[in-house]
Amino acid sequence: MSNHDYRPKSKVGQWFNDRLPLLTLANHLTDYPTPKNLNYWWTFGGILTFCLITQIITGLTLAMHYIAHADMAFESVEHIMRDVNYGWLIRYIHANGASMFFLAVYIHIFRSLFYGSYKAPREIIWIIGIIIYLLMMAAAFMGYVLPWGQMSFWGATVITNLFSAIPLVGEGIVTWLWGGYSVDNPTLTRFFTLHYLIPFLILGLVVLHIWALHVPGNNNPVGIDIKKPSKDTVPFHPYIVIKDGFALLMFMIVFAFFVFYSPNILGHADNYIEANPMVTPAHIVPEWYLLPFYAILRSVPDKLLGVVAMLSAILILAVLPWLDTSKIRSAVFRPLYKQFYWILVADVLILGYVGAMPAEGLYLLIARVATAYYFLHFLVILPVLGFKEKTLPVPLSITEPVLGGSPNLATARKKESKIE
Amino acid sequence: MSEKKTKRRDFLFTATTAVGAVGAAAVVWPMIDQMNPDASVKALASTEVDVSALTPGNTLTVLWRGKPVFIRRRTQEEIDEARKVKMEDLIHPEKDEDRAKNPEWLVMLGVCTHLGCVPLNDKGDYNGWFCPCHGSHYDTSGRIRKGPAPLNMEVPKYEFVNANTIKIG
Amino acid sequence: MKKLLKIFSLLLLICSSNTFSFAAEKVDYLKTDWSFKGLFGKFDRASLQRGYQVYTEVCASCHSMKYLSYRNLSEKGGPEFPEDQAKAIAASFEVMDGPNADGEMFARPGKLSDKFVMPYDNVKAAQAANGGAYPPDMSVLVKARGGGVDYIYSLLQGYEEAPSGMTLDDGVHYNKYMYGNKIRMAAPLSDGLVEYGDGTTASVEQMSKDVTTFLMWAAEPHLEARHQMGFKAIIYLIILTILVYFSMKKIWSRVESEV
Repeated sequence: MSNHDYRPKSKVGQWFNDRLPLLTLANHLTDYPTPKNLNYWWTFGGILTFCLITQIITGLTLAMHYIAHADMAFESVEHIMRDVNYGWLIRYIHANGASMFFLAVYIHIFRSLFYGSYKAPREIIWIIGIIIYLLMMAAAFMGYVLPWGQMSFWGATVITNLFSAIPLVGEGIVTWLWGGYSVDNPTLTRFFTLHYLIPFLILGLVVLHIWALHVPGNNNPVGIDIKKPSKDTVPFHPYIVIKDGFALLMFMIVFAFFVFYSPNILGHADNYIEANPMVTPAHIVPEWYLLPFYAILRSVPDKLLGVVAMLSAILILAVLPWLDTSKIRSAVFRPLYKQFYWILVADVLILGYVGAMPAEGLYLLIARVATAYYFLHFLVILPVLGFKEKTLPVPLSITEPVLGGSPNLATARKKESKIE
Repeated sequence: MSEKKTKRRDFLFTATTAVGAVGAAAVVWPMIDQMNPDASVKALASTEVDVSALTPGNTLTVLWRGKPVFIRRRTQEEIDEARKVKMEDLIHPEKDEDRAKNPEWLVMLGVCTHLGCVPLNDKGDYNGWFCPCHGSHYDTSGRIRKGPAPLNMEVPKYEFVNANTIKIG
Repeated sequence: MKKLLKIFSLLLLICSSNTFSFAAEKVDYLKTDWSFKGLFGKFDRASLQRGYQVYTEVCASCHSMKYLSYRNLSEKGGPEFPEDQAKAIAASFEVMDGPNADGEMFARPGKLSDKFVMPYDNVKAAQAANGGAYPPDMSVLVKARGGGVDYIYSLLQGYEEAPSGMTLDDGVHYNKYMYGNKIRMAAPLSDGLVEYGDGTTASVEQMSKDVTTFLMWAAEPHLEARHQMGFKAIIYLIILTILVYFSMKKIWSRVESEV
């Protein structure tokens, strides 16, 4: 299956391929040897590609009708919802698509955390992934500003004001971001421009992400290196294509429920009130997917340190491959890590919950504890665990556990199925 | 036995692909249709024009659906000139009687049928209109007589609501 | 498959649970059966028409509805007034148009393509006429309030005597469903305030229900189309999912591995 040996059958194909090896690329993608023991948590890469394409297509069509002007943005969104043919459908897909995108990316990230997909030799894939995630947050935030509702306006005000925490130049940066002395029309038009640009940057990074993936090949639930191609692998097409397709359809059913039956449940009622610089909504909350970071921001009583904490919470992920000192990838063979993994999941969910609550009393206390634990997990627990933990024996090939294997492996498998 | 199995498998794959293709096609349609005129544009399909101030020999140009509409109050000479043209002399044969139900009033889209420019009034070899873009000559009935345009200028749907008001569309 | 079902049920759980409620405090709103809820929910045509009557006769003197056009009244999925009637409704309003050939603005009867005429020229004028409080535009009001239709429905019926110990300023009223319980709008409805053409008794409850239904349609004019399309889309997806599932089983049966 070595790609260098690939030669198109037809003369025309050969002529073309000698000049631009697109057919070699296509052949590489279809034949790409994939571990055959990948479970459904691995289908979210494909789902995310679908999300990105959906957002780009619906976004392009919305941009044909949307007017990026402070006086007309809100009205143009209503115009899309009322008059444009299928405008309501396209907008609801786009708005809920953002939430579905983040749902999928969180599952994707936590899958990577569980199976140690970020470890050598896949650090670059992981770091590109973190950059994509950061860009996604930027795109989502700016996209949420575009309807120019109350949450758009005040969300933009609050988030851009984060930059004022930077000593000395902070105020200047905020004014520069706004293009004025408050969030206003210049801010809206530049956010629109950037919101339009970022998805294409993400698209480019996704190509790199996949390219970097295809060098070492996929990690797998057992977390061991496999020979490729071998009896441990299957060609991407049709095996993985059909499996990804099946998972994608299940995902789309959930997506459709949101779009058709609860299109506004993930949004905020306040965003159906046109932006008003004179009145702040009683309770400002970001979209659900940003809540954990919002909670971290609010848990620190100092303005600058709060911003630093929030940014560190994301950037710490970029150095994760070096913080995790364990040689074993998959949590299946790391009994202690597995427990800490689930505590981290719970911790992030708690942060998300308190992020939606008012920052006072018990909520604030919980947020502080959860924030502290978040950093503890990455900065202390993970490095120490690599040295202290007694891991389970790891099989030599993925075919072994699949075929039954030794008693040790049987228990490992039992545990594995329990988590999944 | 094994042949039967293969057949069933083939049928399954064909059915899956077919159903999938239908869905993909159904999803494409909204993305295409969103570029068609929307409900608010369609609602603006008609406009009413007050023509009481228009004297014979003059043209009023109004905007309808984003395009100029020429409303010409013709003089008797113009009407006579338009009506005496033989059908075989025309590139796009249409009787003036069919184009102007009320001979005094000629209502048509002021758009050259060549490539969409706006022809000039009272110009050209036929005393009607002349398109400066590529040299199409129209007569006093707005019919193409010379030049690259293939068709006469289009007469939109219109009616006299009363003696002084024309409703276009 | 088992794992898959777990993922799927997890997703469904997230989607169905309303734990994403960010309301600081929960209020028990008055409940009624809305015909437009549920998988096949549709608007009650007669209720929409009555609701429009309540809106024009009661609400429209203060509340604008600037994103609606008169043509919407005869469109499918709405009150579905016959087109002639919608035209007559439009013509009963005076719309400012222009400038004409002399450069002057002029008033003319409304057309189907016109937007709903606003009671005030601008927000400032509306505030000036209402003691500083702006009567919000009602086009998307239902979607702009956390409690949605239940909130509006309850609010209209929530006027009560203020509890003892609570002092109300001039022009402020007590409403048990309003955030903070203080509201500028006086109780807008009273029994028999409008006279329904179809003989329905115009109780406060009935009018509240009708006008709220109308507001729901105003905020979400394509709700019926959305529900219909949604049902078809989900049935389609389920069928395709089943087909793909069996295709997958077939394909993976070539490999000695579980799916």
